[in-house]
Amino acid sequence: MEEQLFTLTVYTENRVTLLHQISMIFSRRCLNIESMTVSACSIEGVHKFTITCRSTRLMMEHVVKQIEKRIDVIKAFLLTDDEILFQEVALYKVPTENVVNMDIEEIVRKHGARVLEIHPHYTVFEKTGHTHEIKELYDHLKPFGIRQFVRSGRIAVTRSSREYVDEFLEWRERAANKS
Amino acid sequence: MEEKITGSEILIRALADNGVECMFGYPGGQIMPVYDKIYENEQGVRHYLARHEQGAIHAAEGYARATGRTGVVITTSGPGAMNLLTGLADALMDSTPIVAISGQVGITLLGKDAFQESDVISSVLPVTKWAIQVRRPEDIAPALSRAFYIANSGRPGPVVIDLARDAQIGMAVYEKQNAPFIRSYESDPEPAEGAIEEAARLINESERPLVLAGHGIMISKAENVLKELVEKGELPVGSTMLGLSAIPSDHPQYVGMLGMHGNLGPNINTNRADLILAVGMRFDDRVTGAVNKYAPNAKIIHIDIDESEFDKTIKCDVHVHSDARKALETLLPLVESKSRKEWRASFDQHRRVEEERVMARELTCAAPDGRMLMGGVVRKICEAFGNDAVIVTDVGQNQMFTVKYSLFKTTRSFISSGGLGTMGYGLPAAIGAKIGVPDRNVVLFCGDGGLQMTVEELGMIMEYGVDVKIVLLNNNFLGNVRQWQHLFFKGRYSSTPMVNPDFKMLAGAYGIEAADVSDASQLDDAIAKMVAYNGAYLLNVNIDETDMVFPMTPGGNGVDEILLNESEYYKPV
Repeated sequence: MEEQLFTLTVYTENRVTLLHQISMIFSRRCLNIESMTVSACSIEGVHKFTITCRSTRLMMEHVVKQIEKRIDVIKAFLLTDDEILFQEVALYKVPTENVVNMDIEEIVRKHGARVLEIHPHYTVFEKTGHTHEIKELYDHLKPFGIRQFVRSGRIAVTRSSREYVDEFLEWRERAANKS
Repeated sequence: MEEKITGSEILIRALADNGVECMFGYPGGQIMPVYDKIYENEQGVRHYLARHEQGAIHAAEGYARATGRTGVVITTSGPGAMNLLTGLADALMDSTPIVAISGQVGITLLGKDAFQESDVISSVLPVTKWAIQVRRPEDIAPALSRAFYIANSGRPGPVVIDLARDAQIGMAVYEKQNAPFIRSYESDPEPAEGAIEEAARLINESERPLVLAGHGIMISKAENVLKELVEKGELPVGSTMLGLSAIPSDHPQYVGMLGMHGNLGPNINTNRADLILAVGMRFDDRVTGAVNKYAPNAKIIHIDIDESEFDKTIKCDVHVHSDARKALETLLPLVESKSRKEWRASFDQHRRVEEERVMARELTCAAPDGRMLMGGVVRKICEAFGNDAVIVTDVGQNQMFTVKYSLFKTTRSFISSGGLGTMGYGLPAAIGAKIGVPDRNVVLFCGDGGLQMTVEELGMIMEYGVDVKIVLLNNNFLGNVRQWQHLFFKGRYSSTPMVNPDFKMLAGAYGIEAADVSDASQLDDAIAKMVAYNGAYLLNVNIDETDMVFPMTPGGNGVDEILLNESEYYKPV
């Protein structure tokens, strides 16, 4: 089976140890996590992990089920790029004298980047986009002398209108009230 | 407003309110406030002092497996908690409900390498179903209520409560808890109608069905409905190792144990079946052999409460996600009565070959030099207890011979470390089992290697007068590894011969009655004496170390590629 990049979205209770509980499922199988972004999601008290990992579908299906098996995990989904909208954000720090002295405007405009701060010594550009877009801007800015560069992990939303997890939690609450 | 009490007292009261009647443990610095309350409450929750924390948790496992109730173990921080790891991993593999409570240093010391501090939660997460650190006394009762609920619902497993000193000595009001609702944890799913209908259709269509009964039958109390189902459909039923005793050995539809050292019939017929109905089992590699050669002619229905088991090793055609009892109860009315006598008879033909070619020799009990053979010894002892004792094993040849030669009448009569294969499990598990079911006979079959791994627990037998019959199948060898060395490593017995102590004297040092049987001619008398003896007993049986467990499916083989002896494969007609 062919390896490809998968995006996992994992909804959990907001508790300590969840990061460990999820990452150990990858480390147990010696799977390298490409990126991981964690924050509160739109549902109160629920946290969302967005994880990317390169592997086979079969392997990732097992991983997702084992993640979901953890008691404090509410739901976990295995997604491919065609099922989601996703972004990364990157910051590029370039010496201001190079920005002023050389023609950088066209590059920034073309890549849809924006200026975050202009300091006498440095200027910081911000770019959101896909991995390859961020890499392209990096390559173009490289001649200007990039002093610092940082890139976030992937964040993603599905192409459906709601977070899948809403229905699940509503159903669970109804079941609890019934019993 | 109610009176505030210490967290330690809350813990003891909450244990009682969660139905705990006994626990196994070992005190130490960071759990002393709790032990002080145990001292006050001797009439309440009984505490059994193990001689090592590993012994305590295996005892709790034995108790849980014999009773179906949650086993409780309590230890101090640091080394006390770390010594639980093997038992936790064992309980996770074998779906055994355990609540382990470990003391922890005060919260201001956490993360600072305090004396006897260890990062318990991080260490135990991979080997537990759930774990939580409790820092405040008011959180103890809710944590305990969750812990017991999680440990013994869904697929049971071990839970750890890491109890910081602050929680033990702080004051709070105790409030009795209701059963918790955990929105992220669906413990009792309903079987999907469509899946049940599809399963019934496949069963009704099949000519050569085989039911694989696992541990889930006992956990969900599905023994009776399983019997009804296999009788109604004339479905042959094989058992996994942990499923043993769920269906009586002499049930007409019972065809034996599956797997590497299982019986010929169910293994050969796994690959001839047109339908596999797997219930509460997880297609362990010891059951399936080479997965690419497994059940090539069968549609497979998998019933399990743990969704992550579906398609993990074997791709199945129908998944029924619920506990075994619910699934079988829903399935039963849809399964048609059907005669499958010829198919059932095909198992007997393999059975006869196994009896003649493998078992007959073993059942003579005696090697030519008068030393004994494990299988025959096991059979005689089981019969001497009316085939109705709780049989506990350690791990290795003692275990494989026991599963092959013991017979069962009553459910929950077989206790052994399956998934993890933990040597040293047997003695403490047998002690825990006897404490759990004091009215039943408990017989431990163990080897000289495994017994010595937790032999210190003879102290628990001595202190509490636990009536366990210990049958030491002693070949002065690590027999199972020796067998593999003999078969696959050119007979190079690396570190497997053992220089052993005088076990009778060792038992004597603990005040435990014991006897040596050096020759097969003495065996019957020795067994009779042990059976008649009122109290713990160690029978040290002189076993021929060249005795090997067969049939055997060597690693990499399909389930139907089976050695009858070291040089001959079984060629079924």
